[in-house]
Amino acid sequence: MRVAVVVFPGSNCDHDTLHAAGEVMGWEVVPIWHESGTLGGADAVILPGGFSYGDYLRPGAIARFSPIVYAVIKHAEAGGLVLGICNGFQVLIEAGLLPGALLRNASLEFRCQWTHIKVQTTDSPFTRQLGVGDVLRIPIAHGDGNYFAPPDVLKRLNEERRIAFRFCDEQGRITAEANPNGSMENIAGVLNERRNVLGMMPHPERASELCLGSVDGKRIFDSLGKSHEQLAW
Amino acid sequence: MLFRCEVNIRPRPDILDPQGDAVGKALANLGFHGVGAVKVGRYLILDVEADGPEAARQQVEDMCRKLLANPIIEDYELKVAAP
Repeated sequence: MRVAVVVFPGSNCDHDTLHAAGEVMGWEVVPIWHESGTLGGADAVILPGGFSYGDYLRPGAIARFSPIVYAVIKHAEAGGLVLGICNGFQVLIEAGLLPGALLRNASLEFRCQWTHIKVQTTDSPFTRQLGVGDVLRIPIAHGDGNYFAPPDVLKRLNEERRIAFRFCDEQGRITAEANPNGSMENIAGVLNERRNVLGMMPHPERASELCLGSVDGKRIFDSLGKSHEQLAW
Repeated sequence: MLFRCEVNIRPRPDILDPQGDAVGKALANLGFHGVGAVKVGRYLILDVEADGPEAARQQVEDMCRKLLANPIIEDYELKVAAP
């Protein structure tokens, strides 16, 4: 599988993501500068974490108009796989590929910590190797991850099982205490209608090797790899 | 002609504004007890080249919809000053 990792000015998880996809997963990886108009023939694209354009105006608001994002939208519309992590999630929301908005954390604090997330659906290319109810230990590092959606959108997301992950405690209980940023209904990740685009605040690339303290994030990449194999097959 | 445009962006009333809440709490701690809701927004000044004030307004309106504000969570107000 060939995976493109988009690099914006201010991205800072691009190398971690390239490492996880390239060294850990063994995929062919290509970093793609945001001014590029194409994804270089990639099968899947990952928008990494960071602070594109210094988070000016709103996180992701300016990056959304980078030439590469038009290529990402085209890729998504053709059914290609797109994963947005943290700032990548914020960019996908600003680009209109995912619904809702990501507000300032309710605590107003930048939160850099381990979290647990509970898998809500296995009906997606990113979660198919997981089980509903599985608890993953994956870290977060963000100041604006407080997911908001208008009531009608939230209702639809629930009905269509498009909430991929919710923050929970170690035992899998979805509680207010386990919610690090104030997200509605503890939402940690959402899918688009076609289920080929996932945005999530936690960083799976930071939980992909034992030396990092968790390999739970790798299970999301394993799903992605498996989905690609079957699509290609 | 160059028109000075002012854009006032603020969180919509039904949206949680943690920044405003924190400022409200800090004010209460300082002894300002008469303060109700506090909302923190953004204020922009743009000098826009246009044929007339209405054309300038339309340009900035378009800018607000596309980039400057997020209509899901924010309201905005425009003012166009005489050249």
